[in-house]
This record gives sequence, structure tokens and C-alpha cells, in this order.
Amino acid sequence: MVDLNIRERIANNQRSKLVEKTVPIVLFSITIISVLTTIGILYTLIVETVHFFGRVSIVEFLTSTKWNAFSSTPSWGIFPLILGTLKIVVIGAIVAVPTGIGAAIYLSEYASDRTRRIIKPILEVLAGIPTVVYGAFAITFVTPFLQSFIPPLNHFNALSPGIVVGIMILPMIASLTEDALSSVPNSMREGSLGMGATKFETVSKVVLPAAISGVGAAVVLGLSRAIGETMIVSIAAGSTPNSSFNILESLQTMTGFIVQVTSGDAAFGTDVYYSLYAVGMTLFIFTLAMNMISQWITKRFREEY
Amino acid sequence: MIMTKEKTSAIHIDNKNLNHSPMEMQNKEIFTSKNFNLWYGDNHALKNINLSFHENEISAIIGPSGCGKSTYIKSLNRMVELVPIVRTEGEILYRDTNILDKNMTVEELRTKVGMVFQKPNPFPKSIYDNVAYGPRIHGIKDKKTLDQVVEKSLRQAAIWDEVKDRLNDNAYGLSGGQQQRICIARTLAVEPDIVLMDEPTSALDPISTIKIEDLMQELKKEYSIIIVTHNMQQAARVSDKTAFFYQGNVIEYNDTNIIFENPHDKRTEDYVTGRFG
Amino acid sequence: MLLDANVIEKKRSPRLMKNSFMKMLFLFSTLIGLVVLVVLLGTTLLDGWKYLTVDFFTNFSSSRPSRAGIKGAILGTLWLMAFTTPIAIFLSVGTALYLEEYAPKNKFTKFVETNIANLAGVPSVVFGLLGLTIFVRQFGLGNSVIAASLTLSLMIMPVIVVASQEALRTVPLAVREASIGMGASKWQTVSRIILPAAIPGIITGIILAISRAIGETAPLVVIGIPVALLTTPSSPLDSFQALPMQIYNWVKMPQAEFQNLTAAAIIVLLALLLMMNFVAIIIRNKYSKRF
Repeated sequence: MVDLNIRERIANNQRSKLVEKTVPIVLFSITIISVLTTIGILYTLIVETVHFFGRVSIVEFLTSTKWNAFSSTPSWGIFPLILGTLKIVVIGAIVAVPTGIGAAIYLSEYASDRTRRIIKPILEVLAGIPTVVYGAFAITFVTPFLQSFIPPLNHFNALSPGIVVGIMILPMIASLTEDALSSVPNSMREGSLGMGATKFETVSKVVLPAAISGVGAAVVLGLSRAIGETMIVSIAAGSTPNSSFNILESLQTMTGFIVQVTSGDAAFGTDVYYSLYAVGMTLFIFTLAMNMISQWITKRFREEY
Repeated sequence: MIMTKEKTSAIHIDNKNLNHSPMEMQNKEIFTSKNFNLWYGDNHALKNINLSFHENEISAIIGPSGCGKSTYIKSLNRMVELVPIVRTEGEILYRDTNILDKNMTVEELRTKVGMVFQKPNPFPKSIYDNVAYGPRIHGIKDKKTLDQVVEKSLRQAAIWDEVKDRLNDNAYGLSGGQQQRICIARTLAVEPDIVLMDEPTSALDPISTIKIEDLMQELKKEYSIIIVTHNMQQAARVSDKTAFFYQGNVIEYNDTNIIFENPHDKRTEDYVTGRFG
Repeated sequence: MLLDANVIEKKRSPRLMKNSFMKMLFLFSTLIGLVVLVVLLGTTLLDGWKYLTVDFFTNFSSSRPSRAGIKGAILGTLWLMAFTTPIAIFLSVGTALYLEEYAPKNKFTKFVETNIANLAGVPSVVFGLLGLTIFVRQFGLGNSVIAASLTLSLMIMPVIVVASQEALRTVPLAVREASIGMGASKWQTVSRIILPAAIPGIITGIILAISRAIGETAPLVVIGIPVALLTTPSSPLDSFQALPMQIYNWVKMPQAEFQNLTAAAIIVLLALLLMMNFVAIIIRNKYSKRF
């Protein structure tokens, strides 16, 4: 065999130290962009919200029960927008929480491997459907469908988009819950089944309690997504800030207001323009709080198996 | 308790040095540890190690789990530093250079001191790319040289005939024993000075183990080999010298036949006769 | 006897019935998603498939339903993706590489990771406000392709970062050791071994994130992407239309025919997304078990 002088050639190879030194610096700089994004969001929201409260009383914003941004004598009480959001979230939760958890239990505890392999991608497809498509589905199909049972239901209402929002967050809740359930070790199930417990008793008394923090975090994250949901409510809920609790009437959510203002011509520098940021800020605080609660639940109640 | 143990071990090494100085004249020293100590955080894992390994020999390190033998072999190419809490003291000389020196380029050291790991760990690449990896990262790019290096290394690792027709297949398609020989070929491709083997056959079946042991005897002609093993028969079969590690100390270091047939220390005897470990 | 065998015997049958009933209930929950998907796809296809004509693809949007098409919307969406994808990959993969391979384990790294988790939960409409304020106004980019791409890139970054981090974590320590043990430097190990090994997982994450960005509407509304435009962009600084914006615009129209156009546009959008999801699933299944 020929002598390839590999040792010599390696010894003569000049290594560039430059790349080794620059790469971490470049990657670190890229990483900083994610921090800058947060700073950008906070800066934008805070500065413009402060502007807004320079023009409109913060007391009115927090205490008034009327939101009427486009009137010549506008009133700026955030309450109807928050109530609108909550109506949607509650209806969404009623749809998504039991079905999401139920589906997760079925997939994790009952379904065969084959069923799981078929159903999970379908749920992923459901999760990947754009919200504007869900919105169109709500207004063109769900609302007329519901009206055939509930004649007093308005064209724009809380019920239809609420249900559709629930369907939108269902895959997320189901998939996160299933992750939590399948991380419960099998030995715990065997312990229960081995005593003659039925599958349902095992699930409800052993598996679900063991995974409760994961399930809780999944629900909170799902609801946070529902709070921030924009297109479904913009399309199907209407644009009437409404402080009644009636779910058959048109309403407006925080996100719906932002879309209404930005899709029209809100002149830069007007009260309405700045109110965007005050509403955005409120929305941001709500979702951030939900996300933090979810993270706290995961940390606080992390199960040790 | 620990103090006395350290003392006895130190005495034994002195004995050994006296007894076997003629043998060390034959082959040049390649690695010498002088009062080498290592801590994982507060855990004093290696205590005052004084050892010398020689060219063209196979040196085995044996001892029960947790005795520090793996830690020690990983100190020789400074792979042990991948654990962030490690601290060392003393010297390890590789051909008269202290490798623990801050100015040591670890990449250069690891090129000269190759390593084969406990479990076969080929890259998720083709067999060819696995073996050509070393030369490539060290700047050898021309196809002709690489072809020759790959063939030479695979022949040295006694696996050329098994894989020559499927060099472009993923290395993960091979059996465990074949994968380990690919890893050996990959290590040999940069023509290292020494090959460190950290329990190279512990994950393999008996037939693959024998193949690798035979291979080591071949490789000894060109390379120096230091092998960590918890399999005492393997140490007895393949090595020229054997060091017995126990609780972070070198208890005894001697010709392999002496370690196994006529050990000086009671603990060595207990271990090699299977009374513990 | 502490336990009465008769009592246990008597209670068994209701227990088993409850068990079967609950199983049916769980199955029913699972099927709801399925049924909705079928109804959604079914009604959309029924309403829209007749409108998927050649003209539909070659006409610009119009206030007259018979002349309205999605040429501008489709080309605009392609322009948007052509810029969003590389920007998002650059940001996210760079961040994931830093966090997984280079970052020291300290408070700052922890902070960055928590921050990314929180960004993932920020509603897209808020990202729209960020884009409107910073990119559209502050940077003066207007409602251009590049302003929207930057906004969407930031929005999907957390998703790709997390997927990439998971993919990088699946590369076993043993393989890293093998490379380092041969004298490879950190960057050689990362660029030649770890990144190629993690690339299928990273690509899956990228495709899923991009498919989310394609359907995203709220940020585009907020940064003021026009709904009626009779040109296609010729530079990233030009204004553009987008498919989801087109759908949003049509669905608000009172004329019945626009509902059919909405459905037709939805079919096109969903076909695009399903294709991307399909590719992602294939990549994932093909490479899921390698180590």
C-alpha cells in the first residue's frame, strides 16, 4: 500500500481559528433578535398606549361599560370588548375542553396503534386549517345551521364563532393532553388494572389525576389561543361592542376591534388609531398571563414518576 | 482509610518501577501521568495516578465499575472535559508535552490520540463518509487520496471485504460488530499515534469481540493501544501490560501475566479471581 | 370477612356498563373533530369546485364576481413565502443552534428560552401591531412584501426554534463524541455531523410553520395589505395581495356568488397546505427512527 503521508499532511493543515471564534458570536447575535422582538412588542404597545391615555382617561377605559370608538362623541370603556372575548372563550371552552380531553383519553388509553396512526394526522390537519377558513365555515355553514334550531339567532352572534373557536383549539388541547397522559408510566395503569379495576376507573382515578398538571397546562394554553383568535370572530361575531351577556347577539372582541380599525382607514394619529394599542396591550396582558399560568402549572405540579 | 490506601498504592508503583525498568528500556514511553488527580465537582475521582504507557504495546486498564478507568482514558485525549465540572491537577505527558497545559490544542491532541468508544457510534452517513470524515476535517479534500485512505483504513480494520461493494450505504445498516470496526477504521484514517479504546467490545456479541481482539493484535505493530475493559479475560488475552484501578487509585500496574498469575496486591488478586467487581 | 363477595359481584355489572358507556363517549369526542373536518371540506368543495376555472386562476380580483380571480392573491402569497421562508430559517435555526450547541447554562439562556416560549403564545394580531409600528411605519417599508415577510418570520420563529431544538437534541451524545474525539472542532462537529443529522426534524418544523404563515390573515390585515390590487409585485418593496386576505375580503361580500368564490379560494389554499403537511409527514416518517 502506498504511503499517503496522512500524518504529515494533517500536521501541515492550517486551521482557521477565525470561523470557530465568529460562529458563536454570529449565532448569539441572531438569538438576540428573539429578545429584541419581545422588546419591540412591549415598546410598541407601551409607548402608544401611553399616548392613548394622554388623550383618553385611563379611568374611563377601565370603568366605562361602553365602547364606541367611531362616534363623534366616543366612549372608551374596554369592558364590552373583554366581555365579547370572554363569551367566545367560554363557549369555545365548553366545546373544546371535554371533547379535547375525551379524544386524548381515547387516543392514549383505548385506541389501537393503527387507529392512532390514522386519527392523529387528521387532528394535525384540523390544527393546520387557517383561521380565516374556520371563519368562513362559521358564517356560511354553522350560523345558518344553528339558526334552523334557534330562530332568534342573529346573523352575527357569539354562539357560532364560539363553537368554531372551540373546534379550532380542540386539536391543540387533545394533542397536549395526550402527551401528558402517555407520559404516565404503564406500571401505574397495571397496578390499577391488576386489582380488577375497569379501564375507565383506571383512567379516571389513576391516569388522569397523575397527569393533571399536563392536562391543566393544555387547557390553559388552548384558552389563551382562543383569547387571541382573530379571524373567526372578525368574520362571524360582528362588530358591535356589546355589554349584554346574550350569546345570540352580535358582539365585538378585542381582536375583532383591532381588525375593524386596521382594515378600514383609521387615520394615523387619531384617538382611534392609538386605541388600537391600548386594546392590543390589554389583549397581550391577558394572553401573557394565561401563558405564564400554564408554565407555572407545569413547573409547580410536575409529576415525578 | 483512604490515606493508607493511597500510600500502599504508591508503594506498589514504586515496586513495579524497580522490578520492570529493564522492560521499559525496550519501548519508548508514549504517555506518562505524574501525580494526576481529577475531581468531578467535589468527587475526587482519580487520585495521584502515576502510570507510563509504551509504544507498540497494548496496555489494558481493568477495575470494577466506578473505579475511574473510563475517566482516566478520557483524560488522555481530554474528552473528559466535555463534563463541565471537571478539575484536574498534576501532569499527563504525551511524548514530553504536558497535555493538561492551557496552550495545548485539543484538536491536535485528539488527532494524534484516536479513540474508539464503548458503543459503536458511526455518523448517520455513508460508510465512505464515515471513514473519510477525519481526513476531510483536517483539510484533505482530493478524491484520490480520500479513496486510498478509506480503502487502507477499512483494510486495517479488517472490514474492507465486507463493505467494499457498499461504501455508499448508510453505516447504520451494518451489524453492531461491523459498525464498531467502521469506527476503528474511522479512527485509523487520520493515522493516529495512539488508539484509546473505551470498552470497545462491551456492546458486541462474542464473535465480533474475537474479531476486534484479533484486529488489535494486528494494529499493535503500527500503533500503541490503551484499552479499558471490564472483561478480565479480554485484558488477559490481548494486553502486554495491565493496570488495576480501584476507587480512583492505581493499585497495581505490571506485565499482564504477572497481574493475572502472580499479583502483588491482595485487592488485585481478589479482583482478578472474581471475588468482587 | 371484610369484603362481601356478593356486593362486589352485584356492583360489577354496572361498573362494566359504565366502562363501555365512557368508552363510547371518548370515541365520540374523537370523532367530532373528524366529522367537522369532513363537513368543512365537503361544504367547501360543494360550494367551490365549479368555480375553479382557468379564469379563476388568471384573473385579478374584481368587484364583479364573474370576473374575479386569484391571480394577484396567489402570486402575492408566493412572493410572501419566498421572503418569509429564508428569513425565518435564518433567524430560527441560528437561534436553535446557539441555544442547543453554544449557549452556556446560565440565567440569560434560561431567560431567552422562556422568552421564546412566551413569544409563541403572543396572538398573531399583536405581531401585526408590531409589524405596523416598526416595519411599516418606523422603517418606512409600507405595506410591502418585505414588511409582511419580516412580521410573519418573527411570528413563526418560536415554532421553528422549538422544533429545531428538539431535532438537535435527538442527535446522540455518542455521535458528537465521535466527532470531537477525532479532533474535529466545535463548528466542524456542528456543521458536518449534528446539523445534517437533525435536518429532517428541522425541515418538518419549517414546513409546518410556513404552512401556518401561509394561512395567517390577522397580521396582514393589521399591516394593511390591500384587498383590491391589479398588479403583482416586481420587487419586495412593492405592495401585494395574499390568498387568505382574498378569502377574508370575499367572505364579507353580500352577493351569494362571492360565497362560491370564497369556497373556491379556500380549496386552493387548503390544497396548498395539505400538500405541505403531506410532505412534512413523509419526511418525518421516513427519518423518524434513525438512532
